[in-house]
Parts: sequence; C-alpha cells; structure tokens
Amino acid sequence: MKPAKFEYIKPSDLAETMSALATGDGFNIVLAGSQSLGPMMNFRLARPDRLIDIRELDALKQVARVDDHLFIGALVTHAAIEDGALPDVTKGMMIHVASGIAYRAVRNRGTIGGSIAHADPAGDWPAALLALGAEVVIDGPNGTREMAIADFQIDAFTVALEAGEILRGFRVPILSDAARWGYHKISRKPGDFADSIGAFVCNSRSGVARLVLGATDGAPLQLNAIASTIAETNGAGFDIEAARAALAETEEAFEPFKARMHALALQRAVADAYKT
Amino acid sequence: MMDITITINNAEVTASVEPRTTLADFLRDQRRMTSIHLGCEHGVCGACTIIADGAPVRSCIIYAVSCDGAVIQTIEGCDDDPIMAELRDAFTAHHGLQCGYCTPAMLMTARDIVTRLPHADADRVRLELAGNICRCTGYAGIVRAIMAVLEQRRKVG
Repeated sequence: MKPAKFEYIKPSDLAETMSALATGDGFNIVLAGSQSLGPMMNFRLARPDRLIDIRELDALKQVARVDDHLFIGALVTHAAIEDGALPDVTKGMMIHVASGIAYRAVRNRGTIGGSIAHADPAGDWPAALLALGAEVVIDGPNGTREMAIADFQIDAFTVALEAGEILRGFRVPILSDAARWGYHKISRKPGDFADSIGAFVCNSRSGVARLVLGATDGAPLQLNAIASTIAETNGAGFDIEAARAALAETEEAFEPFKARMHALALQRAVADAYKT
Repeated sequence: MMDITITINNAEVTASVEPRTTLADFLRDQRRMTSIHLGCEHGVCGACTIIADGAPVRSCIIYAVSCDGAVIQTIEGCDDDPIMAELRDAFTAHHGLQCGYCTPAMLMTARDIVTRLPHADADRVRLELAGNICRCTGYAGIVRAIMAVLEQRRKVG
C-alpha cells in the first residue's frame, strides 16, 4: 500500500528539530532511517500529520569513547556497527547483533536510535542494549538528561520520551576482557522478525550479569536473579528446564509453545556465553 | 509538492514530489525506471532494491523527498559496469532467473555481495540473499551464478 498524506520538514540542526517537535498541530513523528516507520506508514498503521526528517543531522551521528563507556549517536546505522566502523567495546556483541538485523539493504539505512525509539518488541537493540546495561541520552527543551535503558523502555512501542524531546544516543559500558556474552535469536528465516531473543552479558569488571528475554509482548524482560546465579556458576546447569523455571518465576504468562521457545533462546544465549 | 534535486544514473534531475511519494514510485512513475519492482511494499521481498549513495537500499520504504541530494543507481544505469556484466553473464549461464521479476534487485544485491564480501562462500551468499525473494529458481541457480563470479574474481585477484 501507499502511505497516507503527510507534511514533511527537514530541520538543519538539533535546535530546529526540537522547536519543530514543540510546535505544529497534530501528530509529529521523527523520521530516521525509515526502515520500521516506512513499512508501518505503507500499511497505514502509522499516519503522522508531519514527518520531521533527522537522518542527515550530524549532531546525532557522533561516536566517542568517554571513560568507561562508548557514546553512540542515535543515527549510527546497523551497517556501520556490523562493519566495525565503531570501536568494539562489547567484545563483538554489538557487531554480532547488528549483522543479524533484517537484511543488508535495511541495515544500510536503519539506525540504532530509530530501533530503540520505535520500540518494536521484536527488534534486536531493545534486548541487546538492555543486556549491555546501556544508558540513553535525551535532549529536550529543558536540557539533556540520561536514564537507564531499563527505565526508558516502558512497553511495546512505548518509551519514556517526553513531548519535544529527542533521543541523542547511548552510553554503552565497555566490557572487561573477562566479560562474556551470548545472544540468540529465533526467527523463521534469517532477517525475519524475531520470535524470541535471549541475551546474556556478564561483565566481570562491574560484577554485573544480566539475562534478557526479547520478542515478548512488551518491553524486554530482565531476569536478574537467575543471571547472578548463572554468573557465579559459569552457566553450569542452566539447561532448558532451568530456563523454563526462571520464566515461570516472572509475572508473565506465556503460551506453552512460546514459553518453550523463550526458554530455548535464553538457554542458548547462556550456552554461547560460556562456550569457550 | 516539494522540489528535490537527485542524481539518477549519473544525470542530475530536479523534480517536484509529494512528500508521501516513495522513492520507488518516483523512479518508476516520473522517471520510468521500470526495473524497480514493487512486490510487498514493506521492505521484505527486496524487489525494489537500488543503490543509494553507494549502498543497496529498499526504495519502497523511503521517501523521494528525503533523498534530496542523493546519488541513485538503478539497473538502467549499469550497462557499462564491468561487475554487472560478469553477473549478467553468470545469471544467464547458471539459470539465475526465470520470470525476471526479482532479477534487477537480485543483481543489485549480488553486486553488493561481490564487492563487499569478496571471500564469501555459498552459505554466506545464501544468507545475504535472505532479503531478496525469488519464486522461480529455488535460488540454486542464483547462488551458483554469484559464486561463479566470486570465484572468477578471486582467481584473477
């Protein structure tokens, strides 16, 4: 199908973008790579009154290593991450995740910030950045604020951006040499939307371990208690039954088929993390 | 309507477009670039894949208005491209097409594979082709064709 009618503006800098977000009647949507919003608009699931095209804003493309983290601008593409154009501070995890997103033609255009702001539960970055313990950096009319991505991701297609705010980028903690990660996505074919995502990161420097389930009905789910146990035992004994038990302890109700698939994704993510 | 200036197959073009006109519709309807095929219109089938600013993209899910200043290449502009000539010959020799609907975009994707992943094996080629759907060939011929070009280029060095 074709999208419904909309107005289009392309601000020349961040200040202009934020004032555009603060003005104008009707429903404004920020357009980055257009790889999720484009399909949704073609289906008319999204019918914005106005698109604010930020794709060419250099201020949102910055990458910088600062202290114990890497700052990644919201408009960095999946392809750039896949190709190693950024310093690899996650022992290859982000490269692995990026290379599994949709198809190359989509990765060339799609952005990490767009993926997070869009918050499709089947997306890769919501689960991966949560497992990595990233923080989001938000610019708004009242200045800049930062928050843990766990607090930013509220629900399916819902994030904690206030009116007039824009996602500037992410602070991704640098993994220590001894850190371990595993990421396992289940989908019907390569590049298809995920049916389940398991993501595990154990950063021995900070002593933090996170196990995340993605492709749920809402925001990705953190399984913190079991993650600490897994880290202490180097993943020993975390079989599919243990994964199912961990899922059963959450307040989420999964259909039996989904529960088994999710358990498998979690188990494989952990197994990958302790493979060597 | 909004004015854009866009380079299509080495020719600079200025045109007036409605914001909601996709790049694919603009290229097909206003520029008669009918090698661009619209299968799914949501980024899954790959039949609309073209090269924008040097990299393959889906032209059905981006807007022409957002491509102001872009450099576009479609299959119509690949006549003199030596890699594309090798791929065309290989697709013919290895039965890489039947009805031809997916073929222009298959060639675009194949060109990206050959240039970006010169050491790719057949499994990697299949993985990279996951975003381009063909309903005739069963992909075997397409994979053979791309592998033949990769191997020939590796031999020549």
